[in-house]
Amino acid sequence: MSNYQLDYLDQLESESIHIFREVAGQFEKPALLFSGGKDSITLVHLALKAFRPGKFPFPLVHIDTGHNFPEALAFRDQLAEELGEQLIVRKVEDTIKAKHLTEQKGKFASRNQLQTFTLLDTIEEFGFDACIGGARRDEEKARAKERIFSVRDDFGQWNPKLQRPELWHTYNGKIHKGENVRVFPISNWTELDIWNYIKRENIALPSVYFSHEREVLEYQNALIAVSPYIQIEENDKISTRRVRYRTVGDMTCTAAVASEAYSVDDIISEITATRTSERGETRIDDRFSEAAMEDRKKNGYF
Amino acid sequence: MDLLRFLTAGSVDDGKSTLIGRLLYDSKNILIDQLDAIERSSKNRKDGSVDLALLTDGLRAEREQGITIDVAYKYFSTPKRKFIIADTPGHIQYTRNMVTGASNADLIIILVDARNGVVEQTRRHSLIASLLNIPHVVVAINKMDLLNYDRNAYDQIVADYKKVAATLKLNTVSYVPISALVGDNIVDASTKMGWYEGPTLLEYLENVEVKSSVNLDNARFPVQYVIRPQTDALHDYRGYAGKIESGIYRKGDQVVVYPSGVEATIEKIELGGKEVEEAFAPQSVVLHLDQDVDISRGDSIVKKDDSLKVSQDIDAIVCWMDEKPLSVGQKYFLQHGSKVVPAMVKEIRYKLDVNELEKIYEVSKADLNEVVEVKLKTASPLAYDAYSHIRESGGAVLVDQTSFVTVGAALLQ
Repeated sequence: MSNYQLDYLDQLESESIHIFREVAGQFEKPALLFSGGKDSITLVHLALKAFRPGKFPFPLVHIDTGHNFPEALAFRDQLAEELGEQLIVRKVEDTIKAKHLTEQKGKFASRNQLQTFTLLDTIEEFGFDACIGGARRDEEKARAKERIFSVRDDFGQWNPKLQRPELWHTYNGKIHKGENVRVFPISNWTELDIWNYIKRENIALPSVYFSHEREVLEYQNALIAVSPYIQIEENDKISTRRVRYRTVGDMTCTAAVASEAYSVDDIISEITATRTSERGETRIDDRFSEAAMEDRKKNGYF
Repeated sequence: MDLLRFLTAGSVDDGKSTLIGRLLYDSKNILIDQLDAIERSSKNRKDGSVDLALLTDGLRAEREQGITIDVAYKYFSTPKRKFIIADTPGHIQYTRNMVTGASNADLIIILVDARNGVVEQTRRHSLIASLLNIPHVVVAINKMDLLNYDRNAYDQIVADYKKVAATLKLNTVSYVPISALVGDNIVDASTKMGWYEGPTLLEYLENVEVKSSVNLDNARFPVQYVIRPQTDALHDYRGYAGKIESGIYRKGDQVVVYPSGVEATIEKIELGGKEVEEAFAPQSVVLHLDQDVDISRGDSIVKKDDSLKVSQDIDAIVCWMDEKPLSVGQKYFLQHGSKVVPAMVKEIRYKLDVNELEKIYEVSKADLNEVVEVKLKTASPLAYDAYSHIRESGGAVLVDQTSFVTVGAALLQ
């Protein structure tokens, strides 16, 4: 500490804590979107640094598609309980029934798009004016364009051409009733930064992130976990492999990677050597079109 | 490892996105699936080459038009350093997005098309670099391949730009002749420009000294949030949470709270939940004072004998960012860190002509992307520093009172 130069991880951490506190200072009813994945777990850890010994000035909210990894859900519940923070869960299943929504059909039918309906309903139900999320700009090219405070209209829509200029560390969160702001405190972190931070801070994660045996279906170079949520056909090649997950989304569209990484150190070595991106390797929903993510965001998706 | 934040600026088609693509590609920071994706998208191109600009132009409208509309942030690292790049638009109508990318940058790369030389956008972007006090400027003279790597063309542009740099009092300016398309002097030294003896662009970025642009002499701490658990165990806990904007705070320091002027002593500093003896910018910490003072969000805790300016009459240089012009008599919100106060434009002193880099007097409004100096009257006293003194406590934004849109960048004087 003698040379007064901050290491890059400390700089990123400080910036994220500052963003958390701006949310607490500027909004009446914020929420932290928490899925039990590594990025939202990192958010919770940063929120502890921003607000302890006080309580979080927001509840944890999970929009549960019903297609999640059981390991992630168990972790989610356990962490919320340990911290003594409020956890709100809203299920896409319930929205589908209530609104007579049509589910996607096909082999890897995903509820990715339907999730938006539940999210917007939940925002309305609780009157959330800000939703904090763990999106990172390095994940995807549309995300690389998004501000840290991203204003969404009454319909939850993102308008990439009309974003507010965001200068220095000044975040303008003023909105009209009905609008809300999506806030991304770890915008400037990369996948490797997250892992280095998890290592440094000794943050616990669900077991799916580490190498384990799992029954998977091989589909266009992707390894999809065998689960009740995907259609299995006669010719499908199913095998038991040693895998881990780089991201934990829905079991229907998140692919595993073959891996022998059993520790955070192993994972850091693997990611340093890999030549494929996190989403490119593991999210088959992003491959549907070149602007898949942009289109979902314009409709209110996270 | 340290971190360098930089942005690229320049006119449309000067090759900013291509330059970033090339920087990432040649430094092996592009991942295979991303490359596959842009190769697929490039197939429509007549010459069959890979369009590296597609790496950063992430929006539908950008790919359709082949231009950059909004800032894209890109991340890469080499064994020496970590980089955050703000890839900003060149179109005049998106200059506000360039200002957004510039506000946090330690360094700016200004691209010049070697065939066109110094043009209006070069001057506009250099002016913004100068106003925003970006510590380092690199002028990258691009498309040298199209001029057969002609040294005279390069020398002429350097000579022209030196005049601009002198007028704007830019400090450290470096020049590199490059071809982003072919890859000359980006990561690898060009074999075609033996006459150039300086570093490649990446070598420069890796080695330029960023004695962080943080001021460590004057301690500034705006309060963002007051932590008060109010539990039995922590009945008396009252911590002031915020990020140290500049300077160093130590336990026992005598401080003054703005705007109340109450004096106190720092009793305790917490960093990430642990008590520390001292903390410095840009750390996010919690400060405790030795006495119960009325402090709320937007107040500043500053070291005694190191005063801020406190005034309701503030001069500011404003980069205007809205379609609706700025005009005399209009009211806005002035957001300065965590503090928001209503402010009225009392007078427009002058407008800066970006082409001639001269002041034009007797103007009544500022249009989108214009730069003016104004006199503001705030509804209550504001504690601040001159932007040239401390970037963080001299920078503010103007917010429209009805649309709530951020309409101006204000550099307090």
